[in-house]
Amino acid sequence: MTEAMAAPGQAQAIAAATPKIRVRGLCKAFGPKQVLDGVDLEVARGHSLVILGGSGSGKSVTIKCILGLIQPDAGSIEIDGQDVLKMKRHDREAMADRIGMLFQNGALFDSLPVWENVCFKLLAQKRLSRATARDKAAEVLAQVGLAASVGDLWPAELSGGMQKRVALARAIAAQPDIIFFDEPTTGLDPIMGAVIDGLIVDCVKRLGATAISITHDMASARRIGDSAAMIHKGRIVWTGEARGLGHSGNAMVDQFANGRREGPIQMELRR
Amino acid sequence: MAALLLDPLAAIGRATLGACRVAGDAALFALEGLSHVLRPPFHLRLFWRAFIEIAWFSLPVVALTAIFTGMVLALQSFTGFARFNAQSAIASVVVISLTRELGPVLAALMVAGRIGASFAAEIGTMRVTDQIDALTTLSTNPMKYLVAPRLLAAIIALPLLVLVADVLGVMGGWLIGTLKLGFVSDAYLKSTFDYLQAQDVISGLVKAAAFGFVIALMGTWCGYRSKGGAQGVGGATTSAVVASSILILALDYILTEIFFAQ
Repeated sequence: MTEAMAAPGQAQAIAAATPKIRVRGLCKAFGPKQVLDGVDLEVARGHSLVILGGSGSGKSVTIKCILGLIQPDAGSIEIDGQDVLKMKRHDREAMADRIGMLFQNGALFDSLPVWENVCFKLLAQKRLSRATARDKAAEVLAQVGLAASVGDLWPAELSGGMQKRVALARAIAAQPDIIFFDEPTTGLDPIMGAVIDGLIVDCVKRLGATAISITHDMASARRIGDSAAMIHKGRIVWTGEARGLGHSGNAMVDQFANGRREGPIQMELRR
Repeated sequence: MAALLLDPLAAIGRATLGACRVAGDAALFALEGLSHVLRPPFHLRLFWRAFIEIAWFSLPVVALTAIFTGMVLALQSFTGFARFNAQSAIASVVVISLTRELGPVLAALMVAGRIGASFAAEIGTMRVTDQIDALTTLSTNPMKYLVAPRLLAAIIALPLLVLVADVLGVMGGWLIGTLKLGFVSDAYLKSTFDYLQAQDVISGLVKAAAFGFVIALMGTWCGYRSKGGAQGVGGATTSAVVASSILILALDYILTEIFFAQ
């Protein structure tokens, strides 16, 4: 039975049962290098999934494929049961309006002050005038623990931790129902890392959003994830609860979680 | 033996295919950029910012180039034409050379160095720091936001700059003509305007618009396609200036053929 044909109650139940994000058999190669080799993932509505994996394992490419920044070679990506790869451009853009993204290095626009960065999407879609956008920016900055006066600064004037907070504010300003976090704590000291994780958890809960994060940081993964998936050589090799990362029973996850040199994951060294 | 013959041919083939790929990519990029110039929504603030950057901040360098070019042209023409007792033609030579060729070409080359490099560096840095991907995730088409306003601004700004360059270049020639070469001011100016035709000025302005398009296209395209961090951005900047300079000279010949070939 399709969602359209079902009664309102049934439609709600179907929507609740449908994973918010479902990835099936995702493949992507760059030249001879097969980066994704059949990635399968599911994230339930309102859940937070953390993807773990070594450098070059395909974490970022997976997220970029879901975001539409990279076109995969094969596979399907469903959001709310709709295959985004088969969508028309207009529908895909509408879908992208519901997604927020925190980039690894913040990716704040150098040429714009902080308040314009935060409200960029709202201004671009003309959902706010420039006058009201300043107030909105102050409100969102307060949600990530920054004073309204920060809005008048330029990204280059901010510390690394403040840039991450501003980038988080930008990601949540349009109240997306899906948020991606690309290594949110990389380059931060442990205390600031914990602060950013706390803000991420708060923001995701407040918005009721579905989140996918990629990280190398095990402490961060446990803090922000409901569930976790391990990717290795372009394939998901383990999924489970984020809390159980320390005793997963999977040799690869154990090696990664404990940072051991010996184990099934061998670093590829070029000579 | 066969390999000895085939290897160079294969290398030529690869290079040709690579060149075709690059040219095709630039052409598609240009078409997409122009399509966004014509389709709403329009980013007027970005257009205005790019216009000021090109037209206003390039004015000093273009003005100095034009004045000195006019001065040198008058001086060189005088020493050359004196051999044939044709000094009276100097004012006409200066104004026609400037409006048809030297004004548009030299102004465009100056702007290519300033603006082409600036566009490539700015957009290239945005590319390698994920800011262009960030634009996409913020529901903004990077071509519409970064490329279209710059293309339009350069197409409009260059003819204005060239108009200023024409006036200042003629003024440079007049200064040398009257102060150093002994021409009477009124006679010099009369000689300047007697032989000047509207086509001379208009063809120069059309060339300028085409050069503006080339400069903005090469700057944005090289920046947009840059990769590999700081080195990649540096390479994109160099490529933008070199490619736009060569294309300006090549396009100058083609447009001259179109306008003036009998």
